[in-house]
Amino acid sequence: MRFSRVLRAGALVAATSLALAACGGGGDDEGGNGGGGGEGGSGDSLTIGIKFDQPGLGQQTPDGYEGFDVDVATYIAKEMGVSEDSIEWKETPSAERENMIDNGDVDFIVATYSITDERKERVSFAGPYYIAHQDLLVRQDDSAITGPDSLNGKKLCSVSGSTSAQRVKDEYAQQVDLLEYGGYSECLTALENGQVDAITTDDVILAGLAAANPGKFKVVGEGFSDENYGVGIPKGDAELQTQINDAITKMFEDGAWKAAIDKHLGPAGFEAPEPPEITETSAS
Amino acid sequence: MSAPSVLYDAPGPRAKRRNLLYTVLFVVAFAALMWWVIGAMDEKGQLDWAKWEPYLAGTEAWTTYLLPGLVNTLKGAGLAILIALPIGALFGIARMSDHWWIARPAGMIVEFFRAVPVLVMMFFANAAYAEFTDIDSDVRPLYAVVTGLVIYNSSVLAEVVRAGILSLPKGQSEAALAVGMRKGQLMTNVLLPQAVTAMLPAIVSQIVVIVKDTTIGGALLGFDELLAQARPAASFYQANTIATLVVIAVVFIVLNYLLTSFANWLERRLRRGKKSTGAVVGGDMVEEQAPGMHLTDESTGHRMN
Amino acid sequence: MFDFLSEYDVLGAFWTNVQLTVYSAIGSLIWGTILAGMRVSPVPVMRAFSTAYINVFRNTPLTVLIVATSLGLNSTLGVTLGGEDFDQMGFRLAVLGFIVYTSTFVCESLRAGINTVPVGQAEAARALGLGFSQVLGIVVLPQAFRSVVAPLASVLIALTKNTTVAAAIGVDEAALLMDEMIEIESQALFLITLVIAFGFVVLTLPTGLLLGWVAKKVAVKR
Repeated sequence: MRFSRVLRAGALVAATSLALAACGGGGDDEGGNGGGGGEGGSGDSLTIGIKFDQPGLGQQTPDGYEGFDVDVATYIAKEMGVSEDSIEWKETPSAERENMIDNGDVDFIVATYSITDERKERVSFAGPYYIAHQDLLVRQDDSAITGPDSLNGKKLCSVSGSTSAQRVKDEYAQQVDLLEYGGYSECLTALENGQVDAITTDDVILAGLAAANPGKFKVVGEGFSDENYGVGIPKGDAELQTQINDAITKMFEDGAWKAAIDKHLGPAGFEAPEPPEITETSAS
Repeated sequence: MSAPSVLYDAPGPRAKRRNLLYTVLFVVAFAALMWWVIGAMDEKGQLDWAKWEPYLAGTEAWTTYLLPGLVNTLKGAGLAILIALPIGALFGIARMSDHWWIARPAGMIVEFFRAVPVLVMMFFANAAYAEFTDIDSDVRPLYAVVTGLVIYNSSVLAEVVRAGILSLPKGQSEAALAVGMRKGQLMTNVLLPQAVTAMLPAIVSQIVVIVKDTTIGGALLGFDELLAQARPAASFYQANTIATLVVIAVVFIVLNYLLTSFANWLERRLRRGKKSTGAVVGGDMVEEQAPGMHLTDESTGHRMN
Repeated sequence: MFDFLSEYDVLGAFWTNVQLTVYSAIGSLIWGTILAGMRVSPVPVMRAFSTAYINVFRNTPLTVLIVATSLGLNSTLGVTLGGEDFDQMGFRLAVLGFIVYTSTFVCESLRAGINTVPVGQAEAARALGLGFSQVLGIVVLPQAFRSVVAPLASVLIALTKNTTVAAAIGVDEAALLMDEMIEIESQALFLITLVIAFGFVVLTLPTGLLLGWVAKKVAVKR
């Protein structure tokens, strides 16, 4: 008697959770079909890894995804015969990028992905499609900070897991006070509130942040160090590498590359540099 | 609360005056604190309408970021609870087995998995699923999060179940054995039904922990739960991080509050007219002795992860 | 295989976790006890405050609370807790965040503990003319504490593991180190997680066993 009451209550909880799970599952399937269904007639579909939270580069918005990385990825897809509608975008957190390529979760990744020797042990790259330089973002009215050397006694923010802040401290300004947050939006709020004086990371990322918040922040523009942004691909996939390299070269040449930079990063006063040279040619 | 507590006498005129004084002081201090917080936020522009508008005056932010995140949170937590409960009960009972070759391994497994951070188990689950199965990558983070939560929480629930059963008066099992029940019957017909009522508060507070722990999968595995939506949302709405986190925190608080309220209601219902068994387990496996103090109306304790 | 570890201060990172745990545990115990006292006190507004406090902070994800100490308290309200740079401040703010969160669990455990003390104890104390704070402090709480050592041990173990969340505001502890190692040594992902997991097992298992033994030893036999 008593147990049956307990059971009934349990069943109610169970049913509710199941219903929730079922609803959610259904929603997911729809999303999946919509992304990969290929109704545009181009047949193939691609799954591309990007960032969802970097304005100007890869940003999720109520109307889809936008940014420089997204444009580069869309262009490459188009060159491979895949229309924009047939691309499924997937978020690739920094720590998971190699894994997601390894596992085949994504066909390739365009997500401020620097080409390094450690990473090349697990994945291959195409490109680079952009050479970023580490730079500083400061408040619009701040003229005291002119470069990494002027950071002594100042407060600097970066995201955890990144080495850029430590580099500033080791090589330029020993007396800088470092703060690390989990994401750039936290750093930006801290900069706006005056908790920190500058944010450091690659210049395009900073330009994206500045462009999304017009009139509040500026990029110092004294870039130091080079980061070669590549397209992450499965290890040793020479065919895909050639395809992507060709697409990137074409994008450099027909002006779409510069147009994408101007469109997404221009509002921050960021000017497109010369396109980089393709260096990743023999995938191994 | 009209019934006076056993801890203090019914207040006389002096005590009443003193209580009034404390009340006034307390309210003034609290108001001053609020004044300071709101003033400082306003000064830094954190109360600007532009920062809060997306959540308070539009539906786009909810349908793009928050609601899909909430659905994932509920999905992950719901599945984890459904799977962890039976497994936890199984291990809890196994640990009390008369056969040492069942009880010992069960005990060791429970102790070990209680000690490892959930995040690490989610990480392993994710990697293992990628390596050895062909689960679709769209749902793999969900599977990994659920697996991590199940492993950890079933070992916690095993302890809850064990404590619940141990808290029952010995006479219950002795009587059952005396009328010729087998050990299995004793467990399913006598001990478990009584223990479930007693364990309910502890189980529900563990459910609250599970709901909150889904957020762990968001940061590293790319599981799109509610808190993980804070980044894309805040970066799209011009770095309104504080507003975004406040809104998300409120959603979590309301959700968990509803859960605990439901649990308290359920517990009261189940326990009605049942006081005589004399077995009550607080949320933290505290044995409540027969003439205990019932100082507050809910006797739930709460566990953290 | 583990040679990359020598470049990182793994022990130092775990030492930070230990320090975070110790300071937070002491603070939570004190604040949690005060909250429990308020919860059963004769002043209605204190009872209401304690209840509301617990419902709010127990139900908030810890990550949000920790980020709030830095972005809210430090950044917006200018609270520095006497820290001179972000290293010091981050540590102190994190401890504060852990206390705010963990004390709710301490309070709830204690409340359950208070419920185990026989009514006669409090009645006898009142008959002797003791006031509320004396009844609670001298008679009831000491007995309540002895019966909740085991649940408090669970809270302590959870706290130890929760200190990893301090990474969210950049405190140099094990989880932040793990982040950094994964970024730089991505090829050794498994080893890194294994090392971190092992570290926590080493920290928490003995705590659990020791306090389990203490719990049995001090339990009030009735």
